[in-house]
Amino acid sequence: MTALLSLDGICQTYVSSPDLAERAANLLGANYREMRVRAVDGVSLDIGPGEVLGLVGESGCGKSTLGRMVAGVETPSAGTLAYQGVALAAMTPAQRRAWQLQVQMIFQDPFASLNPRKRIEAIVGEAAVVHGLIRPRDRRDYVADLMGKVGLAPDMMTRYPHQFSGGQRQRVGIARALALKPRLIVCDEAISALDVSIQAQVLNLFEDLRAEFGFAYLFISHDLGAVAHIADRVAVMYLGRVVEIGAADQVFSDPRHPYTRVLLDEAPRLDRRAQDFTPVKGEIPSPLNPPPGCTFHPRCPVAAPACREIVPRLTGAGGRMAACLRETGEVA
Amino acid sequence: MTVPVLSVRGLRTEFDTRAGRLTAVDGVSFDVGPGEVLGLVGESGSGKTITGFSILGLIDPPGRIAAGEVVLNGQDLRKLPEPALRRLRGDRIAMIFQDPMMTLNPVLRIDTQLIETILAHRDVSRERARDMAAEALAQVGIPSPAERLRAYPHELSGGMRQRVVIAAALMLEPDLIIADEPTTALDVTIQSQILYEMQQLMAERNTALIWITHDLTVVAGLAHRVAVMYAGRIVEIGPVDDLLDRPAHPYTRGLIHSIPSATARGQRLEPIRGMTPSLLNLPPGCAFAPRCPRADAACGTRPEERAMGPARLVRCHHAGEVIA
Repeated sequence: MTALLSLDGICQTYVSSPDLAERAANLLGANYREMRVRAVDGVSLDIGPGEVLGLVGESGCGKSTLGRMVAGVETPSAGTLAYQGVALAAMTPAQRRAWQLQVQMIFQDPFASLNPRKRIEAIVGEAAVVHGLIRPRDRRDYVADLMGKVGLAPDMMTRYPHQFSGGQRQRVGIARALALKPRLIVCDEAISALDVSIQAQVLNLFEDLRAEFGFAYLFISHDLGAVAHIADRVAVMYLGRVVEIGAADQVFSDPRHPYTRVLLDEAPRLDRRAQDFTPVKGEIPSPLNPPPGCTFHPRCPVAAPACREIVPRLTGAGGRMAACLRETGEVA
Repeated sequence: MTVPVLSVRGLRTEFDTRAGRLTAVDGVSFDVGPGEVLGLVGESGSGKTITGFSILGLIDPPGRIAAGEVVLNGQDLRKLPEPALRRLRGDRIAMIFQDPMMTLNPVLRIDTQLIETILAHRDVSRERARDMAAEALAQVGIPSPAERLRAYPHELSGGMRQRVVIAAALMLEPDLIIADEPTTALDVTIQSQILYEMQQLMAERNTALIWITHDLTVVAGLAHRVAVMYAGRIVEIGPVDDLLDRPAHPYTRGLIHSIPSATARGQRLEPIRGMTPSLLNLPPGCAFAPRCPRADAACGTRPEERAMGPARLVRCHHAGEVIA
């Protein structure tokens, strides 16, 4: 199987240079340095056609940054991104355009991601016209059809975003992504802002659309329940690195990385009553100054001295990998 | 149950808006005992937060508490004059919000804010108040509390800020804490740290806790009893295991079946159809009827509360028929 999209050693580094005042202060002997944040640090993974890859992790782990690079909103600072086997650097303009159109994104906040001054017809149909997928005079019918697909009444397309509820707006966001006939949809916390009963409606919609059109999804979420429900494979990120990846049922039933275990143990679940919450020590470290070796070692319940020095590699077989020295045998 | 710390009876809170009067809290009644955790669950607009505010008497015009009793340790708070109520807030009842920056003043150091609270309610010296504040921070698991006292809120992480707010709420050992989605914005590992601290402190001090949330899974792990709100009314209340394992109201059942998990992999979720109705335009009978798979002609009249076994109340004409 050739991957629809593959990432190889992808990094994203943000640099904050000293500003004018700080540079002036440096001349007078102060010591303001450039600050570097490695938001994504050497991530390699594949997304197959029609596959749902769940990406989980806590705030600051780089999951949104990764999603933005996959969708082409940001350019990786290092590593190779390839769409349908062609690396970004080697793409012809036509291939590049195909990648950008065929990978669409649905955002977390349905209030911030729709232009409040445009009607739904324009929001959903504009890009398809601009990119020549449809003729301008077909826009109305095209949008009406899409509205039906996401469960909205077609006559609602003359309305403005403020006339919709949160769940309806998220459906508009989905219709906008569908309008470009994508093959991969990046959902960045696409259901987190919705009420529970509406979340279930939208999750069902994702499944229906996948069955109808065969989309692949990169489903980014901190909600382990939602990811367990929808994903075929799961990647767990911590501080910019993938610490575990594998088939969803295997990762959730038999986690190999201590961080995955902690996440699964501490996530509240409906069938867990009178739960004894056990505190995981410490907080998520700042990506400005990540710990050496395995970045999880300061919080890890089973850390050994070697974990402070050796950066664990993702190892394993059959697509089931974890980055832990106990897995590789470097720590017994 | 022993004598309840808080007893709410027939609470109704209304807001006069340009579009008409809406009843955000409509005849809500419940008790919370010492050391008990009551989960108050509902979706946006269900009136769960306004219920919390109403208990504290914090409803500003155009809103008003139109009816009901809020009895704390035998005293009806609605009959108390404002200055007496002010003395109770922060002392006997404390509230914790979702966003800690709603409670913390961004331009004041943590010590200034905590000491001010203590001095407002207790006749102690400044030095003693500082010690109390440091102790409170230590109790919620903040490392090196004496140093953290001198920090400004922006110097702390989200989880640390929420701990400071919880410390402020616990500091004066209140009888009742109302927590409104205090862990919703936090990451799983930080949430479990905070839930752990809350569990320990509640059990040690026998404080009553009302945990307001949209998240049934947190309630499952934390609460002893659960009340489910829909469109301003409590539709179902009961012990946590009983209610979650055998929901009697179709709305509760719908909420439970909407939660995705590994066990439901590959199956379609059963969401509740439609969306939450506007409070301005509620159906005349059962507010849930238009979305309810069980609704029939009987649902055109408003259902009264019915007892379903011990300590279990349901507001549904078809309660019991839907036990799954």
